[in-house]
Amino acid sequence: MRKQYETVIGLEVHIELATKTKIFCGCPTEFGGEPNTHTCPVCTGMPGALPVLNRKVVEYALKAGLAMNCQIHRFCKFDRKNYFYPDNPQNYQISQLYLPICYDGTVEIETSGGRKQVRIHEMHMEEDAGKLIHDPWTDSSLVDYNRSGVPLIEIVSEPDMRNAQEVMAYLEQLRIMAQYLGISDCRLEEGSMRADVNLSVREAGASQYGTRTEMKNLNSFKAIARAIEGETMRQIELLEEGKEVIQETRRWDDNKECSFPMRSKEDAKDYRYFPDPDLPPVVIDEAWIERLRAEQPELRGDKKQRFVREFGLSEYDADILTEFRNLADLFEETVKYGAQPKKAANWMTQDAMRLLKETGRRPEEITFSPDYLAALIQVEEEQKITHKGAKEVFEQIFDHDEEPLGYIEAHHLAAVADAGVLEQVIEEVIREYPDSVAQYRDGKEKVFGFFVGQVMRRMKGNADPSVTRELLREKLR
Amino acid sequence: MGEEFLTWTAGELGTKIRNKEVRPVEAVEAVLDRIEKTEPMTGAFLSIDREGALAQAEEVEKGIRSGRYQSPFAGVPAAVKDNICTRGMETTCASRILKGFYPTYDACAVEKLREAGIIILGKTNMDEFAMGSTTETSAWKVTKNPWNTAHVPGGSSGGSCAAVAADECFLALGSDTGGSIRQPSSFCGVTGIKPTYGTVSRYGLIAYASSLDQIGPIGKNVADCARMLSLLAGQDRRDSTSLKREPLQFEEDLSGEIRGMKIGVPEEYLDEGIDPEVRGALMRAMEMLKERGAVVEEFHLGMTEYVIPSYYIIASAEASSNLARFDGVKYGYRSGHAESLHEMYKMTRSEGFGPEVKRRIFLGSFVLSSGYYDAYYLKALKARAVIKQSFDKAFASYDALLGPASPQTAPKIGESLQDPLKMYLGDLYTAAINLAGLPAITVPCTVSGEGLPIGIQVIGDCLQEKKIIRAASALEQERGAFPKAPLDTEKGGI
Amino acid sequence: METIRWDETMEYLEILSQISLTEEEKKQTAEELEKILDYMKKLEELDTEGIEPMSHVFPVQNVFREDVVENGDQREAMLQNAPEKKEGQYLVPKTV
Repeated sequence: MRKQYETVIGLEVHIELATKTKIFCGCPTEFGGEPNTHTCPVCTGMPGALPVLNRKVVEYALKAGLAMNCQIHRFCKFDRKNYFYPDNPQNYQISQLYLPICYDGTVEIETSGGRKQVRIHEMHMEEDAGKLIHDPWTDSSLVDYNRSGVPLIEIVSEPDMRNAQEVMAYLEQLRIMAQYLGISDCRLEEGSMRADVNLSVREAGASQYGTRTEMKNLNSFKAIARAIEGETMRQIELLEEGKEVIQETRRWDDNKECSFPMRSKEDAKDYRYFPDPDLPPVVIDEAWIERLRAEQPELRGDKKQRFVREFGLSEYDADILTEFRNLADLFEETVKYGAQPKKAANWMTQDAMRLLKETGRRPEEITFSPDYLAALIQVEEEQKITHKGAKEVFEQIFDHDEEPLGYIEAHHLAAVADAGVLEQVIEEVIREYPDSVAQYRDGKEKVFGFFVGQVMRRMKGNADPSVTRELLREKLR
Repeated sequence: MGEEFLTWTAGELGTKIRNKEVRPVEAVEAVLDRIEKTEPMTGAFLSIDREGALAQAEEVEKGIRSGRYQSPFAGVPAAVKDNICTRGMETTCASRILKGFYPTYDACAVEKLREAGIIILGKTNMDEFAMGSTTETSAWKVTKNPWNTAHVPGGSSGGSCAAVAADECFLALGSDTGGSIRQPSSFCGVTGIKPTYGTVSRYGLIAYASSLDQIGPIGKNVADCARMLSLLAGQDRRDSTSLKREPLQFEEDLSGEIRGMKIGVPEEYLDEGIDPEVRGALMRAMEMLKERGAVVEEFHLGMTEYVIPSYYIIASAEASSNLARFDGVKYGYRSGHAESLHEMYKMTRSEGFGPEVKRRIFLGSFVLSSGYYDAYYLKALKARAVIKQSFDKAFASYDALLGPASPQTAPKIGESLQDPLKMYLGDLYTAAINLAGLPAITVPCTVSGEGLPIGIQVIGDCLQEKKIIRAASALEQERGAFPKAPLDTEKGGI
Repeated sequence: METIRWDETMEYLEILSQISLTEEEKKQTAEELEKILDYMKKLEELDTEGIEPMSHVFPVQNVFREDVVENGDQREAMLQNAPEKKEGQYLVPKTV
C-alpha cells in the first residue's frame, strides 16, 4: 500500500507598507510613475548617499506586530544583506536579521478543519528592490528603481500549515489584518503582498520534518495553491523513488505548472549579514507601544463577535460583513443612522455582494454615505417604496452615492397607495380579462396573483402591494 | 602677488580679503600660478577647476561686498579630497572604477565650504578609496612629499596635506578612517583634525568604513583648522549618525592656556617599534607642555595590541559591503568585454579596482562569511568595545592624551606596498582613535635629521575638541614658527 | 580554528566579492590574507566574556525622518552617470 504523507508548510510573506514615502528617503511610493522618476541618490545607491529611516515604517511594523500578538524587540537594528543583483542598487539590501522588530506571535486561522493557531517566528522591516524588464531589442535587461526602497515587512511563520486551504486562510487573515490596520492594501496580483512557500513532506505520524524547498514567484492565490499541490507531488514522487529532496530555492512557473531550481554558480547564498553602520538602532519604549496599542483599531475577529452579540446577526452575515473593513464600517454607520441591523446587513451581504460581482469593483474601494442607506431602509419600512423600487435606489447609492429621496421623487418610484388611482387601474384590468375574473369567482384562488401582477405592471411596480391586494379583493368579489 | 602672500595662513588671507586689501580673484590667481609651478613636483591634485574657482571668486567678492559672509575664510582658496562629492566636478576616489563620475550633489561638508565663501580649487589625490597610508595606491598618480619629493606624503589624504604644505591652497578637506588626516599631516608638516565621530556630516563622503569615517580640516596652523572645523560641524538630517552638538567655538582655546591640564602619554606609545626620532619628538612635546604648566605623565593605556586586528577586520568588512555598489550599472566604469551579467560585474570590478582595494574587499568578505563571522567580525566588535573602555578609563584621569601620529617619518616612494601587514601596523596610534570615535589633532613638532617633519597627535575624549585645540595651541606656541617645506630649494626640488 | 583551504576559499571569495583574480594574483593574495588573518588571531587571546559587540560607537538612537514626500522627478540627473541606459532605465546584460 502506498504510504500516507503529510505536507508541512511555512510561509514568508512580504507586505508592502502604504507609507507616502520610501523607507530611507523622501521619494514617493505611489505606483505607476514613468521608470526611475521616483528615485534619488539614496534609493539608487549613489556614492556618498545615506539612508534615514521613515518613522511611519516603524509604526506600521509595530501595529502589525501587536495585531499578531508578537513580542517586540525593544532594541532593534538594521542589518545589511549582501548579494549582487541589478535590482538592488547598493548590492546589499537593508533588512533585519539579528534583532528584528517583532518575534513570537500568532495568527488564528479558520478552515473547514476548524480553528488553528499559526505561530509567527519573526517579523522584520526591509526595503524592496527595483524592477527588471527584458528588452527584446537589445536582448538586455532594463532597470527601474521606482520600487527600490519601498518599505516592506516580512512575516515569517513557523511550519504550522498542512495544506493549501490553511495557507489560503492564513494569507487571507494577514490581508484582512493589514487592511484593518490601514498599513497596506495587500494586493497579491499587484505585488503589494508576496508569499514564498517553504514546503516539505513527511510520512504521516513522523516527528521529524523532511527536507524543505523554498518556492518563489507566486503571484496569485491560485498560483500558490497549484504550487503547493505540484511541489507536494514532486517531493512525494522523489521519496517514493527512494531519492532525496534537495534543500534549495525553486521558481514556480505557473504556465508550465511546475517549479525549477533557481540556484546558479554565482549565487553563494552567503549573505554576510552585519549591522548597518549607517543606521542607529531603534529603541522602542513602553510609552510608544502603549500609544500604538491605544490607537489600534478593533480587528476582524473582535468585530465579528461584536456584530453577532450587539446586532443579533448570524455568524455567516457577520463573517461576510467583516471581511473588508470599509464594508463593516459602512454597515455599522448605517445602523448608527437608525437602520434596523438585520435589514442593513441584508443589503450589504446580498445586494452589495451581488453588485460587486456584477461590476467587478474591488470591495475595498466601495464608499457611499451610510445615511442614504439608512434613509432607504426607513422609506421601505414605511412602505413608501416597493422592494423592487428600493433595489433600484440601492444600486444608485452603491454606484453613485445618489441621495435616495430625491432619486425616488425624480424617478417616480414612490409606492402608490392612493385608492382612486389604484381603483381606476384595477377596473381596467377587470374589464380586459373577463375570463380570469370568472375563474376567480369560480374559486380559482391562483388567478389572484395574476391580477396583482397586471396591476403592478401597469403601475411600473410602484403600487403599494397591500393596498392593491385589498382593493382587488373588494372589486373581484 | 608675491611668494610671501602664499605663506599667509587662511586666517591672515581671510582678514586681508575682508579688509578689501586682497581680492578673492587675486588669491585664486596666485594659488593657480603656484599650482602651475609646483604641481609637477608634488602631484597633489587630480583635477583643478580653474574656471569654476575664478567664477566662484567673483561671486564671493560680490557676496563680501553685500555682507553675506560671516565666516573668517570668505574668498580663501581650498582643496577637497577626491572622495568627497562635489557637484559637477569629477569625483573618483582615485579609482578607475569611478572614472567619469560627476556627482549631481555636493557633500554636506562642501556645501558648508561654499556657504562660507571658501573657494574650491579642485580635487586632491589620495589612496584609492582611502585605503592606504602613502597615497601610492591611487589609480592615477603618485603624490610626492613637498619636504622631499623622493618620499611619500603619507595617506590616505596625501594630496590634501601635500597641497597645503606646498602652499598650493590655504585649507583642505581630508577624511580620516584610521589616521588618514593625522598621519599625512605629520608627514607633510601641516595641521589636521579628525573630529569626534558624528561631528561633521558624512553625507556625500564616499564611504570606506562608515562607522569610522570622518571628514576633517587640514591647514597651516591650529587656528585655521579649529575655525574651519567650527564651520564644518553640525547635525545633518541626511546623515543618521551625525550628532546634535552645541556650536563649536574655539576662540578662547587658541590662547593655549593649559596650566593645570592633565595630559597622559600611553607608555605603549613610547616603546613598541617606534623610530627613535619620533620618540624624541614625542618626548620634546611632553616637555613643551610641561613648560606651559600642564601635568604630563606616562600611564598604561592597555589593549593596544588589539587595535590593528580589530580595526582592519571592521574596516575591511564595512568596505566589502560599501564598495559593492561599484558594479558598472549606475555610474563610473563598466568593462566593455562582458557578455553576461556576472561577467560584467567581475570584469568591471577586476579592471576597476586596484590591488589594495581588492585585498581589503576579499579580507572583508572573508571575515563576514559564514563560519568566520563570529571568530573575526563579532570578536572585532567586542575588541572595539574593550578598546573604547580603555580610553574611557584614561579620560577619567586625563584631559588629553599625547602620542605619535606614525611610528616613523615619511618613507621613500615605493618602499611600503610590498608588505601589506607591515603597512597596516603603521596605523597603530591613529586607528585606535577611530575605533573609539575620539577627536584628535596632529601638530607639526619638529623636523628629523633627514629633513622630514614629525607631527604629534593630541587626543581628546569624545566631544572634547576644545581641550585638544587648547593643548595643540600650546604646543604650537611653545614650538615657535615651523619651517616651510623646502620645495623650491635644491633639497625639495627634483 | 580549522585550517583554511586557500584554493577553494579564493574561488569562494571571488564569487562573494564579484572580483576575479589571475592565478598569480590569487596565489599572492592568498598568502597575504593568510599572513594578515594569522596576525588577527591575536584577538583570540582577548577575553570578551560579557562584552557587547560595538557596532555603533555612540549610543545614538531613533533617528527618523517624517513620512513626507521631499523628492521630485530627478531622473535625468540620476541617469546622467549611467554607463548604458535606454528609455529612462539603466541597461544591463540580460538577467534571465
